Amino acid sequence: MMWQPCADMATLKKRAEILNGIRRFFAERDVLEVETPVMSQATVTDVHLASFVTEFVGPGHAKGVKLYLQTSPEFAMKRLLCAGSGCIYQIGKAFRNEEAGRFHNPEFTMLEWYRVGFDHVALMHEVEALLKAILECGDAQYISYQQAFIDHAGVDPLECEPAALKSLLQACGMGDIAAMEDDRDILLQLIFSELIEPQIGQDSPCFVYHFPAAQAALAKISQADPRVAERFEVYFKGIELANGFHELNDAAEQQARFELDNQKRRASGRAENGIDSRFVAALHSGMPDCAGVALGIDRLVMLATGHDSIEKVMTFNVERA
Amino acid sequence: MANFSTNEFKSGLKIMVDDEPCSILENEYVKPGKGQAFNRVKIRKLISGKVLEKTFRSGDSAEGADVMETELDYLYNDGEFWHFMDAKTFEQIAADEKAMGGNEKWLVENTPCTVMLWNGNPISVLPPKFVELEVVETDPGLKGDTAGTGGKPATLSTGAVVRVPLFVQIGEIVKVDTRSEEYVSRVQQK
Repeated sequence: MMWQPCADMATLKKRAEILNGIRRFFAERDVLEVETPVMSQATVTDVHLASFVTEFVGPGHAKGVKLYLQTSPEFAMKRLLCAGSGCIYQIGKAFRNEEAGRFHNPEFTMLEWYRVGFDHVALMHEVEALLKAILECGDAQYISYQQAFIDHAGVDPLECEPAALKSLLQACGMGDIAAMEDDRDILLQLIFSELIEPQIGQDSPCFVYHFPAAQAALAKISQADPRVAERFEVYFKGIELANGFHELNDAAEQQARFELDNQKRRASGRAENGIDSRFVAALHSGMPDCAGVALGIDRLVMLATGHDSIEKVMTFNVERA
Repeated sequence: MANFSTNEFKSGLKIMVDDEPCSILENEYVKPGKGQAFNRVKIRKLISGKVLEKTFRSGDSAEGADVMETELDYLYNDGEFWHFMDAKTFEQIAADEKAMGGNEKWLVENTPCTVMLWNGNPISVLPPKFVELEVVETDPGLKGDTAGTGGKPATLSTGAVVRVPLFVQIGEIVKVDTRSEEYVSRVQQK
């Protein structure tokens, strides 16, 4: 019986130091630590996220109520922002079904924070400051999504036709999957993962910003260039570390994006997910202009300790849980 | 043959790729936080031996390959085919030169080999990890030399050529690692 932990004790000590370091970082900046429910009556509509679901049976719910394990604390934290919390952060567990691998465990630890009055650019600089404090790394690099594609793949992701993306994948030995795939954003994601990610952020963290509008998720669309969203990701040594937005705070636009997600889910044969009406109601009441980011703590610990697999920084991964 | 979803992929699983049976060597799950998940799979084509990477969309599936490994005794070579026999059923199977892939130089009659069958036909033959063979030809060498020096080539009874220490003489039996094709030791003759 394999009862021992996956991580060694030195790694667990380092992990605890990192958590302390993060809490110090936010205490110094007067950002409030909060906790939001891990189980919620609603979940995300993202096409590429699968939620775990359980059921509460008890007082008030004799017939049972469905509860989703949260894929991130985003909606609940934004409801706090709408309620006037000011700047907040949370260190907590997030859950994603169907995900397991060298960089994935279905249950993982996420750091998520929101800064009122920040845009994505200001928040990127704060993420850089945190990474420097924890990882003692050098100055970060900043590159737009468009420029990253032009520099490292030779195509303009905002203008080129899907056919050009397909022939690029074909030239890199991924013709089979390219032939099956017509979704422009999935083709872009493949090129990003296979051709660009290995070339960026190898020596110091790399911020990639202004993702295509179709991949906006919950970010604002740029007013200067409506082809792009005010969304960024951070890559370091081949690890996707964080994802941030200048947060969308238009309730009608948010509702429309949820519905579009559900259309896509339907089209790809997935079940639609109910829209989190409490979150939308909170947006209607008004969310302050803010930027937010989610960062994978396990991956941060991997970078700090040099481990090449997520299980080596976790007490017990899903196989040993 | 059954289909296998990417969630069933693991090293050693045999699947069909480009109409050729393949063995999965490595399987890595890749997923951008907000994007489509896929599996980056390293495979070995079992006939050509070629190793390549292939990307599957997570949730897609691949056709399984009817590949099995079986322990068979080597009998003889008729000039064109190498004949093997199942010691339990006495069923015989012949492998061609392509399936032998150069491993014929390690075959000793009546020794068990691992034969890989695809749809019942042999596609590769693996000799035992260690074989003991007689040295039939090598330079006499000098007395007093030890294994520490560079050694010399020796031709073995099956035709295989390996480097042996200088003290090894014609007529001696040597133990050889067939995977690395390296000399291991001399074998005490009874």
